[in-house]
Amino acid sequence: MRPNRALEIGTGLFVLLGFAALFFLTTQLPGSGIKVGGPAGYAVSARFDNVGDLKPGSPVTLAGVRIGRVAGIAFDPTDFKAVVTLEIENQYNQIPDDSDASIQTAGLLGGKYVGIGPGGSETHLHAGSTIEFTQSAIVLESLVNKFFANFASGRESNKAPQESEAGTP
Amino acid sequence: MPLRRRPKPLERRRQPDRVTEAQRPIAPSAQAGDAVVEVAGLRYAVGRREIFTDLDFVARRGRVTAVMGPSGTGKTTLLRLITGQVAPSAGEVRMWGANVATLGQRDLFALRRRIGMLFQNGALLTDLDVFENIAFPVREHTNLTEPLLRELVLTKLHAVGLRGAARMMPAELSGGMARRVALARAVVMDPELLIYDEPFVGLDPISMGVIVRLIRQMNRVLGITSIVVSHDVHELGAIADESYLLSEGRCVASGSPDELRASDSEIVRQFLDGVADGPVPFHYPAPDYREQLFGVDDPRGRG
Amino acid sequence: MSGASTRDGLLVGMLRRIGAVAVFFGALLAQCAPALLRPRLIVHQVYNAGARSLIIIMLCGVFVGMVLGLQGFDLLQRFGSEDALGVAAALGLLKELGPVVTALLFAGRAGTALTSEIGLMRATDQLTAMQMMAVDPMQRIIAPRFLGGVIAMPLLVAIFNVVGLFGAQLVGVQLMGVDPGAFWSQMQGAVELNDVQEGFIKSLVFGTACSLVAVYEGYHSEPTAAGVGLATTRTVVTSSVLTLLLDYILTAAFL
Repeated sequence: MRPNRALEIGTGLFVLLGFAALFFLTTQLPGSGIKVGGPAGYAVSARFDNVGDLKPGSPVTLAGVRIGRVAGIAFDPTDFKAVVTLEIENQYNQIPDDSDASIQTAGLLGGKYVGIGPGGSETHLHAGSTIEFTQSAIVLESLVNKFFANFASGRESNKAPQESEAGTP
Repeated sequence: MPLRRRPKPLERRRQPDRVTEAQRPIAPSAQAGDAVVEVAGLRYAVGRREIFTDLDFVARRGRVTAVMGPSGTGKTTLLRLITGQVAPSAGEVRMWGANVATLGQRDLFALRRRIGMLFQNGALLTDLDVFENIAFPVREHTNLTEPLLRELVLTKLHAVGLRGAARMMPAELSGGMARRVALARAVVMDPELLIYDEPFVGLDPISMGVIVRLIRQMNRVLGITSIVVSHDVHELGAIADESYLLSEGRCVASGSPDELRASDSEIVRQFLDGVADGPVPFHYPAPDYREQLFGVDDPRGRG
Repeated sequence: MSGASTRDGLLVGMLRRIGAVAVFFGALLAQCAPALLRPRLIVHQVYNAGARSLIIIMLCGVFVGMVLGLQGFDLLQRFGSEDALGVAAALGLLKELGPVVTALLFAGRAGTALTSEIGLMRATDQLTAMQMMAVDPMQRIIAPRFLGGVIAMPLLVAIFNVVGLFGAQLVGVQLMGVDPGAFWSQMQGAVELNDVQEGFIKSLVFGTACSLVAVYEGYHSEPTAAGVGLATTRTVVTSSVLTLLLDYILTAAFL
């Protein structure tokens, strides 16, 4: 078989493309690391008791409008809190610095995102500032537990008057 | 320039040794006139259909042996049996003394390296050009250097008169040219035995003349033992030393072309003179014409 | 070989066929090692099986991804979790659609080409001629083609998946307005290396099965025009059925 230049180049291209695709699938799909463009922003941190399953890359919104993304989640071993770094796009630079951040859920099964509730301060958040007021993720299980606890105690407190009602006539 | 030329003689001295190494016969070479191929008591059946019942056949060293017979007598099958592509039901085929049917693939391949075969349609490899087709067996079995290989291939192409077609693809060749290329490929490894399967079929008179000349040349000049399977009585008469006439699974006549021509056997006469009806009947066996026509026995099975 | 199925019943015929393919597979594997010593032949076949199927694979990948984007969006919207579209598309492509659709396309594009090529070689005595030149066609013709298919398939599947993901992204993010950050981050959060690996193993198995069927049918085709045509049809049918059957078995094994 004589060497055939075009054929070998074509095969090389194909194999390269295939391996590039395999590389992408194995390294970029699972785990973190990919940045999907987006304008540059400034970093603000917020401390939460519980971030739920918030992930790097999750959106940050204000009044339902996306203004940035979660850049990173770290753990502070001194006070056992989660430190979330929010990357807010540069065009949103007039957010009052007494705003609060809460972790919310998109829909019943949707992913978590960080919602910013604007405060009334005259000064604004800037790179490196910290959001003081935070509300942790609502964990469905604890919510359900709380609900049932309330429900049970409610039934208990309801039961007595019912019985007494039944007893009065 | 002198720098580039220098290594060549060195390679020349070294390389041919390898070729002969690859071709070293597995049995001691026979004397002229000895049997190269010997078929004895051969029986071969496919399912219930017997193709050969009891066939004897000998091809001798340095001779051209012709196998003739009407179409459908299994001439090509005989070649497949001789070359070990199929095994006989009974009897044996010996090549240079070795029983072909009992050889393993390694020995069989060693045997086949001493054989060149010309197929009915050339059987050129369609994805390679003419040059590469002829170079194919050499590349597979030796590691000749490229310049030496080129020399060898061009020599063989020149011998069949197609040096100018070296870079054509098989699809661009006419039937006659394809067969000449196939012939060049068959002899490129310098075989001791050449087998031709219907070399004259479908050729115009000029190409036919060329092939006849080449076959004779291969035999007379290079001394290659040849087996030619064909039904072209006239062409075979010009080149064969010995002929076998096959019919109905047996050899019905054998001898030199002159002996055959002088024979008064009915079947030999029918075959050589081209008579439509005779021992080989014009009609394929069928039920009675009248009965079949008038619906007694419908050929489609139900009436 | 081919007359067998007419004489035997359906069941015995099938059993014979499976046996014949298995024996053929063994003989083929034995010839793969010597074939590996001649990489140029394999490169040629990787080109035939892979590079030549690239366009159709990428085209189909984009469309499958786009459909996945649309359907996934419609379905997830009902639960208010459109953000999970990335996960749905990635897992759907990696684990099922990528390997299966690529294998089906491979059977139709590369498999049929292999079968008819080998079948025509058989019909024009090229394989016999090789044997007469003391060259084993199994080693020189069949094994490189088989290996080329086995190598090309996982690469094709990977390309199909990536292209499909971008198709899904195109529809989901650009057209339907799913948040791109959520699309990718959820996907990265939920997809594990195991899922990628599962898809890779599937593509290897399908590649082996489809290539084996293609070269088997070609090698054993009736040496006539009709025979080669029939063999080509059988390649597509057998490969497709085998792919889906193996897909079920593999999925069940992985879960």
